[in-house]
Amino acid sequence: MLTLLGVAAVVVGFAVRLNPLLVVVIAAFVTGLAAGLSPVEVLEAFGRAFNENRFVSAAYLVLPVIGVVERAGLQERARTLIARFRGVSVGPFLIGYLAFRQITSALGLTSIAGHAQSIRPMVAPMAEGAVEARTGPLDDDARQQTRAMASATDNIGLFFGEDIFIAIGSILLMVGFLATSGITVDPIHLSVWAIPTAIVAFVIHAARLILFDRRLRRRAGP
Amino acid sequence: MIKLGAVYVLAGLVFAAFAVLSALDRNNGKRFGNALFWALVSLSFLAGDHLGDLGNGVLVLGLAAIAGFGMLGRGQPATTSPEERRALAERFGEKLFVPALTLPVVVAFGVLVLKPIELGGQPLLDPKQATLLSLALAAIVAVAVALILLRQPPMSPLQEGRRLMDTVGWAALLPQMLAALGAVFALAGVGELIGQLVTDWIPMDARLTAVAVYCLGMAGFTIIMGNAFAAFPVMTAGIGLPILIGQFGGDPAVVCSIGMLSGFCGTLMTPLAANFNLVPAALLELPDRYAVIKAQIPTALPLLVGNLVLMYVLAF
Repeated sequence: MLTLLGVAAVVVGFAVRLNPLLVVVIAAFVTGLAAGLSPVEVLEAFGRAFNENRFVSAAYLVLPVIGVVERAGLQERARTLIARFRGVSVGPFLIGYLAFRQITSALGLTSIAGHAQSIRPMVAPMAEGAVEARTGPLDDDARQQTRAMASATDNIGLFFGEDIFIAIGSILLMVGFLATSGITVDPIHLSVWAIPTAIVAFVIHAARLILFDRRLRRRAGP
Repeated sequence: MIKLGAVYVLAGLVFAAFAVLSALDRNNGKRFGNALFWALVSLSFLAGDHLGDLGNGVLVLGLAAIAGFGMLGRGQPATTSPEERRALAERFGEKLFVPALTLPVVVAFGVLVLKPIELGGQPLLDPKQATLLSLALAAIVAVAVALILLRQPPMSPLQEGRRLMDTVGWAALLPQMLAALGAVFALAGVGELIGQLVTDWIPMDARLTAVAVYCLGMAGFTIIMGNAFAAFPVMTAGIGLPILIGQFGGDPAVVCSIGMLSGFCGTLMTPLAANFNLVPAALLELPDRYAVIKAQIPTALPLLVGNLVLMYVLAF
């Protein structure tokens, strides 16, 4: 039971907004010590796992090119481009992005978009531009909500698209886990049964985007 | 065969450049904190395999100490002003999209064309890492395209990259740190313990209750652990296999697939899934660290209920 103290440390640490890197280190020590490891053993286990997970941080390699195109005015261009299409409102625009992200993820192309390479330089400025074209300049609050919604849309499209692709990590994990339990499942069945949830996710989030669009417009007044 | 090591060398060199440029940045009052932080990241990429487990552990302590004690500032490399950017946007027009769109095109090319290529019986790219290798290749090609097409200064990729890296700051390392914490949790058996608590304390003699406990458990466990992959084996071994599949005769493919997707609903609601939820908030310069999570919860909750209903209807 004591090992659960580490989980408690994470929850409390995040709730009081301590620096998360410190919270993680503290939680690792609390958990390891409670499980009977020595401090050095905890540090070794943590160091080894950190080293094995370096691939997680390698994705920042896209930042230099994004920075260069921002320097040359991409965000500003994205903003004015969308404003030229007067008919495109923020709701339908993000719904289109959601569909694009779900479909490409379902085809296994999960890394062709993302927060660093598409949301920050293009999708968020376009979403802001779409709002501005209709209601005039955004206040800070509406701007931040629009950006957060653009990022949320990327995550939702990715999560509820990728599981339809048969060679994605989660499907392989499920096949492997079931195999060790003596159950043989064809990966294609797992991916087919991800489709109903994908459709429901699209419907729910698309409805929210339309409501979000209306709320922003109402805020801006007549 | 090109392996992940090549990507690590590239990342190590880029972070080394960030460290040097940070140290030279007199506009940042905490420049040596930034320099040390990115230098440690660079060391990890370049020499992580030679530092030993303890050495890597000490390196992580260093990163956490620099971040935790507020020694990180935000570099201010000379960049273009908003007015200049508007003028440049006017001048370059749609050309500006080309480098950014080069990224997805090269990634798709890597995954679809390069990945299946074999040279002398050996795959060209390490098949397990083809996506990340393609992303690194795409990053290089896109930088070249941007420099040539938009005639930007040769140092701009490193200076602008550092600007964005400093915008993300310590949050950049959080996903990797949390993955390491997951490993410590696994070592201490935290997952099994929670799974046991759930199965011991909640009666599951009705099918609907069992479906609800499994789906909500997947989401809740994912919120605590930050990762549906950690929740899946525990919840499925505890409830999915013995009760939903064994006792009630559910279809394993439906139970597992929708169970995993219930976990993904949890991913949308937890700060522990930092790369999806906290890093974007930093990248988009949102003052509320949890703004993206708050935008996701109203989709995640009804979708979780939807999953529960779908599993109840489709699995039996």
